[in-house]
Amino acid sequence: MKQKLLGSHLLLTLLSIVIGFLVGAILLLIIGISPGVAYAKLFTSVFSEFKYIIYSMIYASPLIFTGLSVAFSFKTGVFNIGAEGQFVVGSLAALAVGIFVDLPAILHVPLCLIAAALAGAAWSAVVGFLKVKRGINEVLSYIMFNWIAFYFSNYVVNLQAVHKEGGGEASKDILESARLTAPKFLTDMCPYANWGFLLAVACAVLVWYTITKTTLGYQLRAVGHSRTAAEYGGISSNRIFLISMSISGALAGLGGAVQLMGMSGRLSQFAGQEGFGFQGITVALIAGSHPVGCILSGLFYGAMKYGGTKLSLVNVPNEVVNIIMGTIIFFIAIAHVFRKLFQRKQKGGAAA
Amino acid sequence: MSHMDPNTVVIQMKDIVKKFGDFTANDHIQLTIHQGEVHAILGENGAGKSTLMNILYGMYPPTSGTIEVKGKEVHIDNPQKAIELGIGMVHQHFMLVQPFTVTENIVLGMEPMNGLSVNLKEAREKIRALSERYNLMVDPDAKIEDISVGMQQRVEILKVLYRGAEFLILDEPTASLTPQEIGELMEIITHLTADGKSVILITHKLKEIKMAADNCTVIRRGKYIDTVKVGDKSEDDLAGMMVGREVNFRVEKKAQTPTDTVLEVKDLHAKDYRGAEILKGLSLSVRRGEIVGLAGVDGNGQSELVAILTGLGKAVSGDVVLNGETVTNLPPGVLFEKGITNIPEDRQKHGLVMPFSVSENLILQNFAKAPFAKHGILQQKAIKDHAGKLIEDFDIRPAGCEQRPAGTLSGGNQQKVIIAREVTNDGDLLIAFNPTRGLDVGAIEFVHKYIVEQRNKMRAILLVSFELDEIMSLSDRIDVIFDGKIVGEVKGEGADEYVLGKMMAGGAA
Ligand SMILES: Nc1ncnc2c1ncn2[C@@H]1O[C@H](COP(=O)(O)OP(=O)(O)OP(=O)(O)O)[C@@H](O)[C@H]1O
Ligand SMILES: [Mg+2]
Repeated sequence: MKQKLLGSHLLLTLLSIVIGFLVGAILLLIIGISPGVAYAKLFTSVFSEFKYIIYSMIYASPLIFTGLSVAFSFKTGVFNIGAEGQFVVGSLAALAVGIFVDLPAILHVPLCLIAAALAGAAWSAVVGFLKVKRGINEVLSYIMFNWIAFYFSNYVVNLQAVHKEGGGEASKDILESARLTAPKFLTDMCPYANWGFLLAVACAVLVWYTITKTTLGYQLRAVGHSRTAAEYGGISSNRIFLISMSISGALAGLGGAVQLMGMSGRLSQFAGQEGFGFQGITVALIAGSHPVGCILSGLFYGAMKYGGTKLSLVNVPNEVVNIIMGTIIFFIAIAHVFRKLFQRKQKGGAAA
Repeated sequence: MSHMDPNTVVIQMKDIVKKFGDFTANDHIQLTIHQGEVHAILGENGAGKSTLMNILYGMYPPTSGTIEVKGKEVHIDNPQKAIELGIGMVHQHFMLVQPFTVTENIVLGMEPMNGLSVNLKEAREKIRALSERYNLMVDPDAKIEDISVGMQQRVEILKVLYRGAEFLILDEPTASLTPQEIGELMEIITHLTADGKSVILITHKLKEIKMAADNCTVIRRGKYIDTVKVGDKSEDDLAGMMVGREVNFRVEKKAQTPTDTVLEVKDLHAKDYRGAEILKGLSLSVRRGEIVGLAGVDGNGQSELVAILTGLGKAVSGDVVLNGETVTNLPPGVLFEKGITNIPEDRQKHGLVMPFSVSENLILQNFAKAPFAKHGILQQKAIKDHAGKLIEDFDIRPAGCEQRPAGTLSGGNQQKVIIAREVTNDGDLLIAFNPTRGLDVGAIEFVHKYIVEQRNKMRAILLVSFELDEIMSLSDRIDVIFDGKIVGEVKGEGADEYVLGKMMAGGAA
């Protein structure tokens, strides 16, 4: 029974992905570009060399974190549309510790990560507090908090103590001891190789374990399924909302830290929100909110993003990637309609 | 009853088999419905009654077997098709849109169009006419949220009639009705059959079958047992056929002297969800070793009282004292730890987390305690073993349902899961709210036995029930609630139904 449901989610997801590529192909045809050429480029950009695969993993790491963050919130019936903001404050916290604290790497790296997790958790917990104490819908406050984080980040980047002299619109670089750089044989292959992906995988497993095997997970799921029954059983749903939103925020904050410490090394001033948090929603939806599924869907999204950067080489606008991802989400979002139809068919099939 | 032609067969279900995975819910069931008859379907919880009706209504196809309507074989693959064939179903859980009017609800999905605007006038007239014809007394302009549960059910019946149903399936229509509403429903059914419509009635109450049905089909554990003329059989006969053994309707209870007071409620005041005062100075007490029955018509403050006692609702003033300690308005978890256990009124909303497995549901209050958890980690084996034992002890069906989502059990078996949990959670006070709603007679006997056993173990029991029979057969003491206050108290032994009924309606004792 359960396997069937899982199976059908997988099937629908794959179907949605196929449809996403078809819609992308049609649009490419309309603007006079051969989908064959575009998709071939996308494919070879990711798979033709081992280092490209590593690049995809680098692109995937922050997305797995934000995906986990959103998936975690879904389990309790909260929609963390604020992963974007938590991601930003997480990277800010890691930046501050990464620039101003001087420690050996073995301490510096964990300290940066902890700071980022705490910052993300706090950022999300404020929204949780407004929800449980004041009854303010979390979606609204999350979106506001995204913008606050965005402007705050741009402000901090331009502070004198943080700003890099003559470095354009960006902060100083974090110290070398705060970086997640991978061993030399990997960085020789691609300079940005880092531990972020392994951290993401470890977190995904930890999240899965927490949700399915612990008493905390039991409470999270109970509240997510039925707030009234959970309350009846003595579980305080307000407490659980606060915990789940904090953990969700911590995961997004870690994503911000991994992006900074593994990839960029500094924060730039941005013209618009970067979108890691929003892309996390896509990752969580494709994964069906399964933590381990987030690894796979994060990899998929990461590969698409990385492949997309090379599309301009064959004169294909890389927006086509966004269109494909958008279409996939659109179809997954309406998938429950499909699923109902499908299950009826399946029942019919099994009965015949 | 004046039948059109009671010999015409209108629906025939032959050799219906329905499998869910490798579980057989219907195993070669036969059902023959004649024109103008009331046909009861009787069977224990989980026997497969709802499943059979869902097949007839096109909710899912049978694994094998055939259905004939008016002599023609049909394939009913969806409810739309069933409606076209004149089959209508009233589900146990109503599907009405609260802020809409009766008319709007009835036309929903088949709105009569007038150009681009919806023409409700005509529909309204048609509904009024139907309501008069079958004596339903429904106001087409009333909003659903303003009418009683009994009235809402009539709206569901009207909805089915409006769509032209000739055959009506009523799945446990009386489970949430007051005795008076049940009487009225039975009258409505008579009006329907007098007009040549056939009614399939699922109920666990043998009294109702005797009162309303012409024929009765009995199924047991998914298998067809027999179809009998109701007039030829006694209630005991029917119960025996259904359970496969003799059922003892009398509750055996030894005399016992209650000891110290466990629960004391003093001058409790509370508001309902609309803000109107619903508890108006209620006081009562329950001692160790006694069952106190709270008799009353639904809506006189019972739900609010139990909500306060279990921590889900708040009192405006007054005190709740448990074992000498004031516990007013404490949260549910704390009250549970202090010894208040509860079989809740609404099992779908409070009693169970439907998507959780039976095992998970059975540890709802104790998930964090040994042996179910160690250092915050759930102990799967202990949890599963615990479930296995309760499933066996309490005969929760199907056997081996530990890992099944609670939502896939039949209604009665869901209730058994809750009872198993709450009876084994030993606290000083057990509050049972309609503990046998939706249960078959065999299961009722079983639950009553358990409640009495808890009393004999010197727990204090507060039994809140809308079934006067249940109150009278179990209680040592009966308090009558009316308009938010206790208006009278009688001894359980030898209580008089007539006197109680009068008090419940607000008359003096
Ligand atoms: N969708 C489903 N998937 C799996 N099992 C099911 C499903 N629906 C029903 N069942 C099983 O089929 C059996 C019959 O269920 P059904 O609801 O028909 O019982 P019922 O006779 O209506 O009982 P009750 O009087 O308790 O309502 C039960 O054991 C139930 O668990
Ligand atoms: Mg049923």
